[in-house]
Amino acid sequence: MSTEKPAKEALFSKKNRSLLTDPLNVNNPITVQVLGICSALAITVKLKPAIVMGLSVLVVTIMANLITSLMRNMIPNRIRIIVQLVVVAALVILVDQVLKAFVYDVSKQLSVFVGLIITNCIIMGRIEAFSLGNTPWKSVLDGFGNGAAYGGILIIVAFFRELLGNGTLMDYPVVEWMGLYDLGYKNNGMMLLPPMALIVVALIIWVQRAKTPSLIEKD
Amino acid sequence: MKFIQNIFDATRPAVTTGKLKPLYPLHNALETMMFVPNHNAHSGAHVRDAIDLKRTMVTVIFALVPALIFGIFNGGYQHYKAIGELANASGWAQFFTLDNFLFGAWKIVPMIAVTYMAGLGVEIYFAGRNRHPVNEGFLVSGLLIPMTMPIDMPLWMVAISTIFAVLIGKEVFGGTGMNLLNPALTARAFAFFAYPAYMSGDKVWINTTVEAGQSVVDGFSGATALGQYATTGTTSFGVWDAFLGLIPGSIGETSTILILLGGVYLIATGIGSWKIMAGSLLGAIVMGLLFNWAAPHMVTEAQQNFLSIPFYYHLVFGSWAFATVFMATDPVSAAHTERGKWIYGFLVGFLGILIRVFNPAYPEGMMLAILFMNVMAPLIDHYVVNANIQKRLKRAKA
Repeated sequence: MSTEKPAKEALFSKKNRSLLTDPLNVNNPITVQVLGICSALAITVKLKPAIVMGLSVLVVTIMANLITSLMRNMIPNRIRIIVQLVVVAALVILVDQVLKAFVYDVSKQLSVFVGLIITNCIIMGRIEAFSLGNTPWKSVLDGFGNGAAYGGILIIVAFFRELLGNGTLMDYPVVEWMGLYDLGYKNNGMMLLPPMALIVVALIIWVQRAKTPSLIEKD
Repeated sequence: MKFIQNIFDATRPAVTTGKLKPLYPLHNALETMMFVPNHNAHSGAHVRDAIDLKRTMVTVIFALVPALIFGIFNGGYQHYKAIGELANASGWAQFFTLDNFLFGAWKIVPMIAVTYMAGLGVEIYFAGRNRHPVNEGFLVSGLLIPMTMPIDMPLWMVAISTIFAVLIGKEVFGGTGMNLLNPALTARAFAFFAYPAYMSGDKVWINTTVEAGQSVVDGFSGATALGQYATTGTTSFGVWDAFLGLIPGSIGETSTILILLGGVYLIATGIGSWKIMAGSLLGAIVMGLLFNWAAPHMVTEAQQNFLSIPFYYHLVFGSWAFATVFMATDPVSAAHTERGKWIYGFLVGFLGILIRVFNPAYPEGMMLAILFMNVMAPLIDHYVVNANIQKRLKRAKA
């Protein structure tokens, strides 16, 4: 994960790198903090919307973290939530307009869930917990790490749901191409139902904890 | 018998200290299946009941056998009836024929074998991984799962459903005794939602594969009694036939009388809770009577007819009997308190019949009712225990 070569030691010091990589594993927003589950259920039926959603959230987390971090010394503490909401909402509207302009069909599939990025607890959580107290560069790294981690989980879940539930990947009929239908294979309809998204996320958590013993709580 | 014991004794060193250590759970499972284990108490005074988990499970298997054998005959009987080639005889001689048995066994025995292989495979893997003996819980689930499936269920679907149930329904919660949901019903629910075309509708309950020169009889319909009720409001099957089991349905569910026989055996041996069964009976009757009262207020005529059927129809058609006797009484996922068992059982019957009649997608509800009540069982227990504490506190104060 930490393959990027440090251009300047200051920019990618070990501490800064961990801002980027921690959310991908030991501090994953979905599988460890269990945030943003609602959208993970709703838009992971197919891979393409999941990728678009992941990218949108990535852009919004980075930009929101950056902007609030730049303003962090000017925001009065009492109204900080409102300021954060304004920043995030403006960004989400921008993203929504871009999606409508360039990937209209996906934007229609995502429907209300693009707008609901505003309420995604990952974004508000990162602003509250991180960018209000850290420098812009660190906030960007943190936003990138969390956004990428969210998108990554979304893509993994959507991969299994689309492949097993629909027999396609990015709408390409993979299972038909492999000739499994002729052998009597049938798509698993349960994969398309929301509960299965939770179960897939649970399985990811299971695998992750088995691989990372530090995550296991002691009784 | 001595030579079997010798085999186990000879292979024990290899699996306890030797190279084949991962196979110890398998060795242990087979040995305790054949012989009573020589477990001793190590300290203090213990009273050990002779009936351990394995004997409990075997008792349930015995209770299931009559319904299973009947299901095997019925699989063949419904098939030959559908293609108009029943044995030229009358009454039971037409039912208990070798042809019927062989046809049913040809379909059902592989399902049972696949279920056990898939389920025990997962169990043995986890037993080896977590270093505990294989639990006996799957013995019953492995027989229950195929008995809740339609006869034409493809084997790989049975296997996947079983693996899902054992993995997600049981192992993630900590294995036998820890599961929240009934594993057999988890498997069925998975199959039902994953492959609805193979678990519901008119095509799946009777095998109608025909060879050259055979054809399905005129006017044949593969619908179950409840399926007919849901679409037309009447059924072509008689209540007496349904009570005996001569109707299409899942493999084990058709014969009410043999299921009741198994239920009596379970109650007599103390394995199944009579309170849950009685509660479910009561719930189903109350719901049936409520429906009779509500029938005239329904909009469509089919629904009026469905709602106005006598309450005892609900007990013989569909899976009420099987679900009540074998599924609801699962000691792990049911309520544990004595008063809780009444509440749990009552709601199983009550909700089961309610869902059965008003479920727009599928005219049966016992599976969903029991799974729902499995989730609610700890809540029921919590309130029953709390009520008792409150009562005693009040008495202590007075």
